[in-house]
Amino acid sequence: MKSGTLFDPIEQDLHTDEYKINMGPQHPATHGVLRLILTIDGEVIKHVEPDLGYIHRSIEKICERDNYRQIVHLTDRMDYLSSHINNEAVCLLIENALEIEVSDRVKVIRTIIAELTRISSHLLWWGVMGMDVGALTTFMYGFREREMINDIFENTCGARLTMNYNVPGGLMWDIYKDFVKDTKAFLRHFVTKLKEYNDLLTDNVIFRKRTEGVGILSKETAISYGVTGPTLRGSGVSCDIRKLFPYSAYDKVQFDEILMKGGDTFDRYLVRMKEMEQSVSIIEQLIDNIPEGSILEKTRAVIKLPPGEFYQRVETARGELGVYVISDGKKSPYRMKFRSPGFSNLSVINEIAVGHKIGDFVAIISTLDLVIPDIDR
Amino acid sequence: MGYFSDIYKGFKTLLTGMRVTGKYFFNARKEIITQQYPDNRSTLTFPERFRGRVYMPHNENNEHRCTGCQACEIACPNGSIEIVWDRILNPDTGKKKKTIDKHIYHLSMCTMCNLCIIACPTDAIKMSHEFELAAFDRADLTMVLNQPGSKLMDGVED
Amino acid sequence: MHGTERFTATVHEWLLSIFTAGTTHFVEMVLIGLAYLGFFAIAGLALVYLERRIAAFFQVRLGPNRVGPQGMFQTLADALKLVAKEPIGTKKADSFLYSLAPYFLIISSLMAISVIPMGAGFSGFDIDVGVFFLIAVSSIGVLGILIAGWGSYNKYALIGALRSGAQMISYELSVGLSLLTMILLVGSLRFSDIVQSQSDYWLIFKGHIPALIAFIIFIISGTAESNRTPFDLVEAESELGAGFHSEYSGIQFAFFFLSEFINMFIISAVAATVFWGGWMPLHLGGFSGFNQTMDYIPGPIWFLGKTGVIIFLMMWFRWTFPRLRIDQLMKLEWKYLLPLNLINILIMAFVVWMGWHL
Repeated sequence: MKSGTLFDPIEQDLHTDEYKINMGPQHPATHGVLRLILTIDGEVIKHVEPDLGYIHRSIEKICERDNYRQIVHLTDRMDYLSSHINNEAVCLLIENALEIEVSDRVKVIRTIIAELTRISSHLLWWGVMGMDVGALTTFMYGFREREMINDIFENTCGARLTMNYNVPGGLMWDIYKDFVKDTKAFLRHFVTKLKEYNDLLTDNVIFRKRTEGVGILSKETAISYGVTGPTLRGSGVSCDIRKLFPYSAYDKVQFDEILMKGGDTFDRYLVRMKEMEQSVSIIEQLIDNIPEGSILEKTRAVIKLPPGEFYQRVETARGELGVYVISDGKKSPYRMKFRSPGFSNLSVINEIAVGHKIGDFVAIISTLDLVIPDIDR
Repeated sequence: MGYFSDIYKGFKTLLTGMRVTGKYFFNARKEIITQQYPDNRSTLTFPERFRGRVYMPHNENNEHRCTGCQACEIACPNGSIEIVWDRILNPDTGKKKKTIDKHIYHLSMCTMCNLCIIACPTDAIKMSHEFELAAFDRADLTMVLNQPGSKLMDGVED
Repeated sequence: MHGTERFTATVHEWLLSIFTAGTTHFVEMVLIGLAYLGFFAIAGLALVYLERRIAAFFQVRLGPNRVGPQGMFQTLADALKLVAKEPIGTKKADSFLYSLAPYFLIISSLMAISVIPMGAGFSGFDIDVGVFFLIAVSSIGVLGILIAGWGSYNKYALIGALRSGAQMISYELSVGLSLLTMILLVGSLRFSDIVQSQSDYWLIFKGHIPALIAFIIFIISGTAESNRTPFDLVEAESELGAGFHSEYSGIQFAFFFLSEFINMFIISAVAATVFWGGWMPLHLGGFSGFNQTMDYIPGPIWFLGKTGVIIFLMMWFRWTFPRLRIDQLMKLEWKYLLPLNLINILIMAFVVWMGWHL
């Protein structure tokens, strides 16, 4: 260091440095055991590096050990917020591979429950999103409505989260007596609450300023990273598996695929809020005329898939879930691979978070809607 | 004037939000949704299909319906069920018959997936509505489902 | 003479009858100090309880309701737990600064609270630069936060502390200017004069629209001063864990926690004193019957009631609004509050000059 007079410029000795902070594995904003290594300059994020694997349970490997009936319940534990949809994906794959045609009743019930699952997942996301930007009350309001859905699930299949309601060939149980009544009551209740959500958070000036123009994800980047689901639809790319490759009863219902243009945090937020409305409309179309039919098609006691490769995709609440099975004709798959939406959605974080502040970063990860067990499996 | 209209609109949205929360505050008595859990234990109701832990119903003569076919053991994805069985001579028919000695259930490994209940051909096991499953000792989580001295109900065949 | 003034005079005479004049002075100082400490502790605990309970009602749940009637002693139990806890800090922390920081906060809050009159003659010391003293002392608190963030040897704590530095320095301006607006009406910085001048109308009624604007600005910047949502970037639990007090535990954490609530109390008390007349009952010029009825309610109750209303308002904000981002925080202050405030002062000066106020 050189000595100088009072008026000498001293900038050469004063410089700023980038520094690293660990966001996670224990951090309120990462929603699980996700570790993000942030390189920060002051408050501005320069680089994000996700570090995964803290909750890896080798589900894919366990699948190679279990038989096809047992695999279904493992998928509950991947994206636990859309457990029914995960189950459905595996069951659809097995049914397609064995060329079993499930009854319309099964299809409709599966679709209704899947949409309820989607609403419940988005509700949780909404509550947590509010909490991430500092509005703590949204969490309880979101959970209040979610609880009604959980009660319906509990009555239907006995579990609130890890449902395991699907079995290859149909459903574990028929719907319970008051299912239609309860679901309708929920929808009536929910539609009024959606308006409240918009009053409380969506229209709030602070929330708008926090999210609009923040974390812009361009179409090209999104596609190149394999981003799917509401996150991609926020950037204006049509990617809804329910529309593009309809499964279950989605070809029988009318609904809009919500597309936004901007690709910023607020657009991603809005996609999910509007998707809830669409889910309500889907359920309303189906709930009044659930066709009669058998709940479970006959399958052999030990399911063996014919040798070959099978792929099934479904639209979970977070995006496209792909289930890929290589079968060698035995009772367990030779190799099973899940293409989980969370992994691709997370990988784009470095592209959209750089240049934003820590506060925005939290909002950005929140709108990616990550479920960590889904990423790590 | 964009500057002042921004302020006005901003204030309006803030007040709208406060109206929502305020409505809940001033109707707190009506709107509260949480339960007083340990107090309301006696009044808790469970859906019929609620999946607690697995149990084996016995009738008043201490008889169960488990034939020891091991379908549940095979169906279980986690190996939480172990059946210790033997072939015991039935004095009436003079034939040896598969009989369970112990139906061991490892709650610590169970995921409550219900596959064993579906697999059981004789409805010998069921999901209980018990949900407070924590224990201080891991050994407490391994339990024998058939009661001591119990035997197979008459007429139950798999 | 008000009841509270009679009370203090009686105590003073009683002490004089026992001790000499010098000892009396000393004993009085000790008594007042103890009274403030007691008030500080009780108010802190009560506010924490109220906050939890009110938050619960906003969030459609019940809140603490097990310890004591309606869960009243829950915070007491929590405080006891915190006192009994082992203080755990980081190894590399600057231990001197680390342990010093909580006292900065607590002492600054304690000093600030002492100038606010809670009834006629009910204030620690009534100096002629009361408002100025209050602003000066309350800005010492930020030093405590900065020291805590620096001394903790934790990046999250440091970010929180630096945010706090920027925030406090900015919003201090608005607090000061909005109080200044009202002082234009009164013409004195002494708190007792401010209260006395509101014996016919509260200042918020006297000053018409400029006073209302000043009140709104004061509430906004006061919320920011006390680091509460939507300005809780200092703690921002979803971003920084717990911000500047991440590394504190036990009684030191309790100090931070308490001082946050005491700060909220101070801001509300100042707002109540300067805008809503402090301990002065609601008087309307000309209605002597009404005024006399209002006088039956003692001053401290008026004071605590008004403060409570403003505290409730701040809690309402906290449980409704999302948090601002740091640059928006700065923008709100420098682009909105400050210019509006300066214009407002001019308007108020004009109003006072023309004699349009009540």
